Parts: sequence; structure tokens; C-alpha cells
Amino acid sequence: MSGHERAILSVEGLGSLLQAIRQEGYQLVGPTVRDGAIVHAEISGIGDLPAGWTEEQEAGTYRLRRRDDGALFGYSLGPQSWKQLFFVPRMRLFQARRKDGTFVVDAEAPKPPRLALIGARSCDLHAIEVQDRTFLKGQFVDPDYAARREGVFVVAVNCGQAGGTCFCVSMKTGPRVTQWFDLALTELLDGAHRFVVEVGSERGAEVLAKLALQPADEGDCRTADEVVERTASSMGRKFETEGITELLYRNLEHPQWDKGAERCTSCANCTLVCPTCFCASVEDVTDLSGNTAERWRRWDSCFTLDHSYVHGGSVRSATRSRYRQWLVHKVASWIDQFGTSGCVGCGRCITWCPVGIDLTEEVAAIRATDGKKEP
Amino acid sequence: MARRKRPKLAVWKFASCDGCQLSVLDLEDELLDIAGALDIAYFKEATSVEKPGPFDLSLVEGSVTTSHDAERIREVRKQSKALVTIGACATAGGIQALRNFKDVKEFVSVVYASPEYIQTLATSTAIADHVPVDFELRGCPVNKEQLLEVISAFLHGRKPNVASHSVCVECKLRGNVCVMVTGTPCLGPITHAGCGALCPSYQRGCYGCYGPMEAPNTTSLVRAFRQAGSSTVDVVRVLRTFNANAPAFRKESEAQEKGEEESQ
Ligand code: SF4
Ligand code: SF4
Ligand code: SF4
Repeated sequence: MSGHERAILSVEGLGSLLQAIRQEGYQLVGPTVRDGAIVHAEISGIGDLPAGWTEEQEAGTYRLRRRDDGALFGYSLGPQSWKQLFFVPRMRLFQARRKDGTFVVDAEAPKPPRLALIGARSCDLHAIEVQDRTFLKGQFVDPDYAARREGVFVVAVNCGQAGGTCFCVSMKTGPRVTQWFDLALTELLDGAHRFVVEVGSERGAEVLAKLALQPADEGDCRTADEVVERTASSMGRKFETEGITELLYRNLEHPQWDKGAERCTSCANCTLVCPTCFCASVEDVTDLSGNTAERWRRWDSCFTLDHSYVHGGSVRSATRSRYRQWLVHKVASWIDQFGTSGCVGCGRCITWCPVGIDLTEEVAAIRATDGKKEP
Repeated sequence: MARRKRPKLAVWKFASCDGCQLSVLDLEDELLDIAGALDIAYFKEATSVEKPGPFDLSLVEGSVTTSHDAERIREVRKQSKALVTIGACATAGGIQALRNFKDVKEFVSVVYASPEYIQTLATSTAIADHVPVDFELRGCPVNKEQLLEVISAFLHGRKPNVASHSVCVECKLRGNVCVMVTGTPCLGPITHAGCGALCPSYQRGCYGCYGPMEAPNTTSLVRAFRQAGSSTVDVVRVLRTFNANAPAFRKESEAQEKGEEESQ
């Protein structure tokens, strides 16, 4: 099979496909149920997938729910994207030891496993591309990110339902998977439980060739397209992006920022769940003897006071200025900086904000009262 | 190279349960290194040896609840080059600061057979309310790794890596599923990091052991608790534990009580 030909895969066939990918030497990372949510973890096969689970999402709430059709990808998005696999939350950059009146530096030599992402959605694939710009395609390459990212195999899924806080249609990032995948699945639940699989790369074709598959007939292809269309027309949120940079730049003193800041706890959850946020902090530590020192990198956020600390204090000392920085950077100045929005419309910052702040509502409120002093 | 004179360490106790001092002793693997790097001059929980001041580093556990303690902390300050407070009692007044919301005289008359022998202040207050403090290490009890970090930082004259952002940051670094968003009230968003998000890692809401974080918006989080069904009593209870007297928690618990009275 080649190009955009599509084949039909049974549930058992999907199991065989996952094993075939494993046999190629990949470690499978995919969705599984843990602690009341669907998370991304190492899986060994289809038995670990969240069969018959879905979720309800709204601003500040997430509830796992049962569904009666046994769907394996019948949820939208969990709390995690794939970010922690490549841009790891915490890592040692190097260790230095005192030796014979001088010191030696032991750099870290990452030997990460080759990963296969199972069930990646279009918005999250766009987010990986956004992070690649920062870590791989800028002036400097992050060696750890590069080593982990290298050769990742992607089994994408076209979303069968939109989450309550999804707005990929507004951000033009989904729900149909169009690039950066090796194989893409659409789960069909009418009649026999099956998948339409589409090939996105040479590698994908090679793995698929190991299974003797029937090409998908016109009817199955149409059903698959309808699934995605239905998802596209049932987005939980809408986000008007027309002229967004100018809109926000000319409304930096809009009273809506005060309203948001009055609610915001500056807890940083929105940035930590965001699949595109890339900020980290670097810490040096010494042991008691002073004979070894280590440098560590860990996720940071524009919501912490340390993030904008220069000698004498934090530049953004008020919650309002940190909150505004996050939102304006994410959806507006990111475009000036990287040529793309920092938001892929996954809705995680809305769902996982403990006080339910919704950036689509916040920007809409500013748009509705553009340039006015009182909303 | 001549051996550098070891800095003198003193560990002091005020009104407290000794749990934070035990965190020092709990540093089993590093204790010998600490004793090698520092001259332990005063540490009643560990040794009866008592060397006179001045001290290079004083770790202070406990709050001030008597006029005698208020005097004693001034003396400790005078004798100490650096003074670091450890734990919720020393940094916020501790659980015993619940007295600050009530009439202590009444407590004393109910609890003691001869109340006239009891001399106590009406409030339990943080050490920093009495003397200047060089660094406050939070927690009930303190985290032993953080304690070691503070001691190491002091020894090498660098700033301790002790973050003052929310517990949520630690929670996300661990990859936890947020319990607040999945239905359990959690103080993590307004609580100072340090525990490594211990409770949320076991699907419990944060109890706020480390006190308010750097920029706490208690009112907003409590509003979210109330919207999710918590009563006034519930929210006053969660705010009034080990850090009840920390201003960001105290103000909100008082406002909640006041709101309740006014609505009656
Ligand atoms: S917007 Fe929400 S998630 Fe983000 S820092 Fe504020 S309260 Fe936390
Ligand atoms: S800003 Fe929010 S909706 Fe946009 S990509 Fe980040 S987490 Fe998703
Ligand atoms: S569980 Fe608590 S500490 Fe963890 S992210 Fe949620 S609100 Fe924050």
C-alpha cells in the first residue's frame, strides 16, 4: 500500500499492528486509564487501551464516563499531551566533580528508547511541530529533546468526538490528521467494530505490509470521513482568530484583564498542561562537601515569580501581568515570534484550570468590547 | 590545606511538636556529613552537649506563645549570624495559632485545674513577627531534602533552591492527574511547594501544610470550592490547620465566617 490508500483493520488487526510496531523495536506509549483520567503511559498492547471509556470536560472539570460500545479511542484528550516524552519535566544537564585541584564535568548522554505514539490526535501533532520549532529548528538544538524526538513513530487517530473544551477547527489544527504521521486510524463503531487505516509514510507502509489487509471500500471510507466531519461540527468551543495580534496589542489595558486576574490563582497549571509551552528553569545544586555540583533543568512557567526574576525583583510581580503575558504570548505574540500561533486549540488549559478560566471566553469578551474602557 | 574551622550550628525549639527537628535526625544518610561539615553546638533533640554562642547558623523550630519565648528568640537572634526558621509553627504560628481566633483565657480556665499558674500569650505567632529571619523553610513538617538543601546552600554561601510557586507545579512535574479538576477540593493552587505534591499523588486534595505560596489568590480558589459544594464550615476548616495564622489563609477564613454571620 502506498500514498493515501486506505485499508480496513479489525480490532484484532489493531492488536497485531501494535505488536508489529513493537517488533520493530519501538516502545509503545498510548492512552490508558489511571486515577480517574485517560493518561499517556507505556502500554504493551490493545489490552491497555481505555476500552469503553470516554470523558466529559468543561472549564475546570473532567469526569471519566463509561460508554457502551467498547470504543478504544472513544475519548477526546486527557490531561497530558506528548510533551513530557520529549521535553522532560526534570532532568540533570550535567554533574561536575572536584578532582586533583580542578574539576571534571560529566555530561549526560541520553540513550532514550525509540517511541511509538499510539492514538495521537491532530492538535497534539501540530503541538509537537510547534515545539520542534523551539527545540530543533531555532538557532540552537536541544540535544536531549533531539535524541528523544528522533525517529518517533506515530499512529494517529482521527477524533471520533470533540471534547467539551476542544476548538481545533478554529485553530485549523484538526480534527482530521493531515501530516506528521506514519499511520492514521479512524475508529468505526457502526456495525462491526473496525478501523480505517491510512498510510502517511514509507515506514508506516512497511509496517502495515506485514499484515495482510483488505483495502477499505468506498462505503467504509465515506463512513470514516463522516466520523471526522461530525467531530468537526461539534466542537466544544469556538475561537475567533481574525486579527488577534492587533486586537490584543491594542487592548493591553482592557478591564477584562483585571477580571481574569481576579480569578487567576497563578498556579501555572494552564502552562504545564499546554502542549506547546516550553519554559524551563535551570538550578545548580551542591552537596554538603562541596565536591560535586549538578545542574538540573525543570519545567517552569510564566506564572511563577522566579520566571521573570532579575536582580532586585520580578519584572511581572502582579498576577495580572503574568496572566496577561501568558495569554497574549500564547495566542498573539507567538505568531510574531514563531510564525504560528502558540495555541493548537486542545482546550487543556480550560479543562485543567482549577478555577475554570477559559481563554476563548476571555478573548471573546475583549473582542466584544474592543477599545472600550468599560465592557 | 589547613582545615577550615567548621561553622557552628544550633537547633532551637519553641512551641512545637519536635517533628521538624526530627526531620534533621531523619537525614540518616547525611547526618555524619552534616556533623563533619558543621560543629553541632546546640541541638537538645540530639545531644546534651551545649556549647556557648555565637552560632553561624541557627535553625529555629516552633512559634512564640509565651513572653518568655518572646525574650528567648531575641537572644537567639543576637547570638546567630544566620537564622533560618523551619516548619509551619516557626513560619506561621502552627496549629496552636488556632487560639488566635478564640479567647485563650477561656481555654485555660476550662483545661487547667489551677489556671492561675498558666502564663501564656493570647496568640501564637511566627518567629519573623519577633525578629528578622534570614530564610523561612516551610512545611509541617519540613521536607528533609529541602532542609539539606538549605544547609548546603548556607555552607557554600549560595541561594537555596527552594521554589515558592504552587504545589500544582510539583504535581504536574510528577505527571499526576489533577484531583481538583476530577472532583476533590485541593489547596494546591494556593499552597507553597515543597512536599512534592505528596497528597495529590495519592489522590487526596492538598492540605496546605506548606502555607501560602508566593502569590496566593485564596478568595478565587475558595470560590471554586464553594461552587463545587463546600460549605462555610468546610472551607474554614481547610484553611485553619497548620498555617491558620498565615495572613493569606487567615484573611479568607475570617471573611468566610463573617459572610456566614451576615447571611444569618
Ligand atoms: S489561568 Fe487557571 S490554570 Fe492558569 S495560572 Fe491562572 S488559575 Fe492557574
Ligand atoms: S493554550 Fe490552551 S488550548 Fe491552546 S494549545 Fe495550550 S493548552 Fe491547548
Ligand atoms: S491536584 Fe491539587 S496540587 Fe495537583 S494540580 Fe490539581 S489543584 Fe494543583
